[in-house]
Amino acid sequence: MQRRVFLAVSIFLMVLVIAGCQKGSSNTIRVGLIAELTGDMPAVGASCKNAAQMAVKEVNDAGGIEIAGKKYKMELFAEDSAGRPDQAASSAQKLITQQEVTAIIGPNASSNAIPASEIAESSKVILITPWSTNPKTTLDSKTGVPKKFVFRAAFIDPFQGRVLAKFAIGTLKAAKAAVLYDVASDYNKGIAEFFKTTFEENGGKVVAFESYTTNDKDFSAQLTKIKNASPDVIFLPNYYNEVPLQIQQAHRLGIKTPFLGADAWGSQELIKLCGKDCEGYYFSTHYSAESAAPAATKFIQAYNTAYGKTPDDVAALTYDSFGLLRQALGGLSKLDRQSLRDAISKITGYEGVTGKMQFKEGSGDPIKSAVILQIKDGKFVWFANAQP
Amino acid sequence: MIYLLQQALNALQLGSIYALIALGYTMVYGILSMINFAHGDFFMVGAFLCFIVATFMQLPFLPALLISMAGVALLGVIVERVAYKPLRQAPRVSAIITALGVGIFLENFTLALSPYPKHVPTIIENTTISLGGLTMSSLQTIIIVLSIVMMTVLHFIVQHTKVGMAMRAISWDKNVAPLMGVPVNHIISITFALGSGLGGVAGMLYSMAYPVIDPYMGIIVGWKAFISAVVGGIGNIRGAMLGGYILGSVEVLVAAFLPSTYRDFVAFSLLLVLLIFRPYGIFGKPRTQKV
Repeated sequence: MQRRVFLAVSIFLMVLVIAGCQKGSSNTIRVGLIAELTGDMPAVGASCKNAAQMAVKEVNDAGGIEIAGKKYKMELFAEDSAGRPDQAASSAQKLITQQEVTAIIGPNASSNAIPASEIAESSKVILITPWSTNPKTTLDSKTGVPKKFVFRAAFIDPFQGRVLAKFAIGTLKAAKAAVLYDVASDYNKGIAEFFKTTFEENGGKVVAFESYTTNDKDFSAQLTKIKNASPDVIFLPNYYNEVPLQIQQAHRLGIKTPFLGADAWGSQELIKLCGKDCEGYYFSTHYSAESAAPAATKFIQAYNTAYGKTPDDVAALTYDSFGLLRQALGGLSKLDRQSLRDAISKITGYEGVTGKMQFKEGSGDPIKSAVILQIKDGKFVWFANAQP
Repeated sequence: MIYLLQQALNALQLGSIYALIALGYTMVYGILSMINFAHGDFFMVGAFLCFIVATFMQLPFLPALLISMAGVALLGVIVERVAYKPLRQAPRVSAIITALGVGIFLENFTLALSPYPKHVPTIIENTTISLGGLTMSSLQTIIIVLSIVMMTVLHFIVQHTKVGMAMRAISWDKNVAPLMGVPVNHIISITFALGSGLGGVAGMLYSMAYPVIDPYMGIIVGWKAFISAVVGGIGNIRGAMLGGYILGSVEVLVAAFLPSTYRDFVAFSLLLVLLIFRPYGIFGKPRTQKV
């Protein structure tokens, strides 16, 4: 018995010692990363972490960043949000108080980014979310004014909803649309509503507006209802791990209507999980690896050699988030959280992998263009550009 | 009318799966008066076994079914022996906490192997039959028919065999049954094997109907099946089957005729009301406890 207690205590102490060894030297810029490494959407977290490690390595290989005549290396502290809002918030808390990071990149899913951004804002630490598109991420929940410390690299959902609604009416010639969305997730709910509003403003009619909750696997009741309303297009603003189930079940119910999606479709996992069922459908996203700007090809090639796959939108946006951070850090006269915030808020334009971003004074949301991709022979193929 | 029939079919499919899982909860409760909260994760293991068998061995439907069933039945027996048996005399809370622990262990074990959701390949050719607007897939038919067959077999075992008689005896009085020569440990293992095996079948069928699976898939479905078992009267086998179909129908019908946002809210409110009037479930009988 005594030996066991001794063993348990010594293991515990060892863990403490290992955990306590993380404080780095003062010659580093400490950057936190919150990614969805486990949970519902591990592919998002993996892309985010890959791109982050690449961005940090690039900075350090170039000798670091010079601030006030002193070279600083960048050090990355990655935390897993497990795709859960509560864990995203506690990760943010941990990075800020224990690791004392200067800035945080992530989380990606809006449901995670919103609570994490609240923590960052109240602790006055910069948070740049690569992939979150819900407007609430950068707005104060009480007053509705923009948060001072929260920025993002992605476009926002009112814009994406408008792009998709116009695409459905203009290109797909749809007069009646149906929507099936996850009512328990900020991202899905937000974009479903923006789509509905703009689709109806442009003369279309939303004949079915159905919802489910996260982790549901059976959509047969809602899909039967949608089938009964005979829409011209079905909009699924849901994550890549749920969309395949929805489309497969729809096909099994004999639904032949085309499907339309948003940026949460843009993972190669979608094709793996969906197989032939997703062939020919469209979705909007942040960038297309094949039509990217010349500046982007360097990143795409480097990512490809490092990880053996084409970077998806999350990877590209994470890289751009680090780009923004790097640009702001480069112009600093001293390294602290407040002057970093001032430097980022002064950036008005940034040319990234995902295209040109413009920031308006006082807002953390970039104005940038979107692309529409089509799924063809198991690949994402560029279809159209949509300007802001 | 066609619309209603289509929704009824959907309800039947969902209800069959809930009923199969609910049986596992109810059998263990009936014999040990313990709620096996890891049962939802047994169901998940069944789905992953099906995935492994279908992806790496490319076996057809029937062997896949048998392997999932046998694998999860074995898992159930082992878990009972290792985790629950030492606690049989301990306070009931300890057993429940252990069950939760086993569940979390199974989830994280699967998660550690690979966190990515998995796609289960189709192992039976899926054809859809259209009958005057009513669409029915072969998969749907298999799920409904197979579930009903399984439940009939179980009913036969429990009501008309010696093992079943022993189960009912233990359920009736745990202390007197061994005095009458009933091998308690043996029968408890068989109960776990049967209950978990059905959970494995449910997992396998579920992974074919909803072919994207992940380590957490068992949690919500497990809860719902547990609720089905309670609604039907926990400990009662016919109750678990009926409860599964009731919950499946309520969920589908609410989504079909009310805004789908209210589905869980309305469905579970209805079940709460039902429990107010029948606190022991539909087939449940109040148990008096001697002090």
